[in-house]
Amino acid sequence: MKYQSQAVAKPYFVFAMILFVGQVVFGLILGTQYIIGDFLFPEIPFNVARMVHTNLLIVWLLFGFMGAAYYLVPEESQTELYSPKLAWILFWVFAVAGTLTIIGYLSVPYATLAEITRNDLFPTMGREFLEQPTITKVGIVIVALGFLFNIGMTILRGRKTVINLILMTGLIGLAVFFLFSFYNPTSLVLDKYFWWWVVHLWVEGVWELILASILAFILIKTTGVDREVAEKWLYLIVAMALISGILGTGHHYFFIGAPDYWLWIGSVFSAIEPLPFIMMVFFAVNMIKQRRREHPNKAAMAWALGCTIMAFLGAGVWGFLHTLAPVNYFTHATQLTAAHGHLSFFGAYAMIVMAIMSYAWPLLNGRESSSPQAQKVEIASIWMMSLSMLIITLALTVAGIVQIYFQRMPESGQAMGYMATQAQLTPYYWVRLIAGCTFLLGVFMYLYSFVVASRTKADAPLIPVKD
Amino acid sequence: MSERFTKGMARNIYYGGGIFFFLLFLGLTFDTVTVIPERENRENLTEQVAHGKEIWENNNCVGCHSLLGEGAYFAPELVNVFQRRGIENELAFKGYLKAWMGAMPTNVPGRRQMPQFNLTDEEVNDLAEFLMWASKIKTAMDWPPNIEG
Repeated sequence: MKYQSQAVAKPYFVFAMILFVGQVVFGLILGTQYIIGDFLFPEIPFNVARMVHTNLLIVWLLFGFMGAAYYLVPEESQTELYSPKLAWILFWVFAVAGTLTIIGYLSVPYATLAEITRNDLFPTMGREFLEQPTITKVGIVIVALGFLFNIGMTILRGRKTVINLILMTGLIGLAVFFLFSFYNPTSLVLDKYFWWWVVHLWVEGVWELILASILAFILIKTTGVDREVAEKWLYLIVAMALISGILGTGHHYFFIGAPDYWLWIGSVFSAIEPLPFIMMVFFAVNMIKQRRREHPNKAAMAWALGCTIMAFLGAGVWGFLHTLAPVNYFTHATQLTAAHGHLSFFGAYAMIVMAIMSYAWPLLNGRESSSPQAQKVEIASIWMMSLSMLIITLALTVAGIVQIYFQRMPESGQAMGYMATQAQLTPYYWVRLIAGCTFLLGVFMYLYSFVVASRTKADAPLIPVKD
Repeated sequence: MSERFTKGMARNIYYGGGIFFFLLFLGLTFDTVTVIPERENRENLTEQVAHGKEIWENNNCVGCHSLLGEGAYFAPELVNVFQRRGIENELAFKGYLKAWMGAMPTNVPGRRQMPQFNLTDEEVNDLAEFLMWASKIKTAMDWPPNIEG
């Protein structure tokens, strides 16, 4: 840690991990409900558990991105954070608002929550991933604005590196596109059309800028490769992300009532969407090959490299698998979509947050890396989580294919009904649930690696004086 | 990467490409927004339909079901439930929906359960109006592929 104010990243990382555990636990509840339909009913109906699962994911990733920004922006800017105090205040605002929202989901029926938060005054609730009460959404905007102000002022005061500028662009985009969550027209088609401006333009747009800049930061720091080389890569990766990803939104416009030309635009551009992800793999491999130093934090490098590979598989390969309109005609809203969603979110975003945490945490605690013993546990946890997630993805992929075969391919009259088809999928749901349990084990191993690290701190390398 | 390809060129591709494709996207959006009213039969989007959408949202229906293929995959697609369960007959569908909503949850052990939402007759009626209106939205390739959604 070169700047004292970087320490404000700590609470963000810790809280992100608490929410991550919660997300996975609710994932297991959902996985069980797919097999035992009335599990925990009526206490926790499926829709509530799903809302908690997806909202926790989004919020812990946002905490992770904010923590990452608070850590890396001062270092890149070569100046202290504009206001560590503001960062602390916003941390508590966001943590309390997030916790209250989750408690709201779990304690009252959703319609009651809509009523007590006066959704009728400004209806924004009840849409996938944007289930938060309007007042929570306003809170998110306030936190985002304060955060952008803090980070922006820091960058303005200091060095404006390519990493800083691209990260900042990504974060501004995140805040701007979230504003579309307040637009909820009575027209279902318009509603869906602009709903994707939040969802798609986040995960297949501006979030990729955040991902790529964090990745570039970790690679520069751990490999010692010249910044110029990394920045050229970074520009090209984010260029391809935007060139493919913006019109790639069209793959969501196939069957929601939008005009037919989206079939072509969406297919062509989303077919290019794997490109930035394969470039990230080459970027990471090349940087590591050309490394000019042996950084002791092998675990952080494993996270970074693993992130690019799993993101390429999840977003690139599994995305491409069902993105062409004639294929998507059959796969749309089947378990295949769920397979892609799980692997891409884990590979691209969960892993990059854990990569930066893994890099930053020892430095925030006065060491260049954790002890070799702790890193051993940590690297084992990367394998455990990654392999478990691959099995989850494969199980859901097979389930999706079977579902398409029975329910989607035959003509009306011959096709199997939805619930009857679901009964056919139970074996694959079991595989998914078991892999979900081993994933949770992986999460605990990861958290345990921090315990090992603090116990064996004496064996961890100190930060070199000149760096 | 080759030395002839400079960081400046990469930066220009990023800014130029990003801005160009975003403007193109805005143009296409403008066209789409002008075409949507016709494809969704905006003239039939009554107050009841709008109220139905509110009920759909306030009860988080999308947390289990999908509509036009978006939402959760825990329960059936509902954009063509009017055709599937209502044989495209308004009275039959409204009668079906009222009976269905009233019978929830089934409490059949081990089976997926839908909560009891305690909707009034008017609310069930408007929810039906919303689903009937949605079923008539013109989708590309006439998705979904068959009656099972």
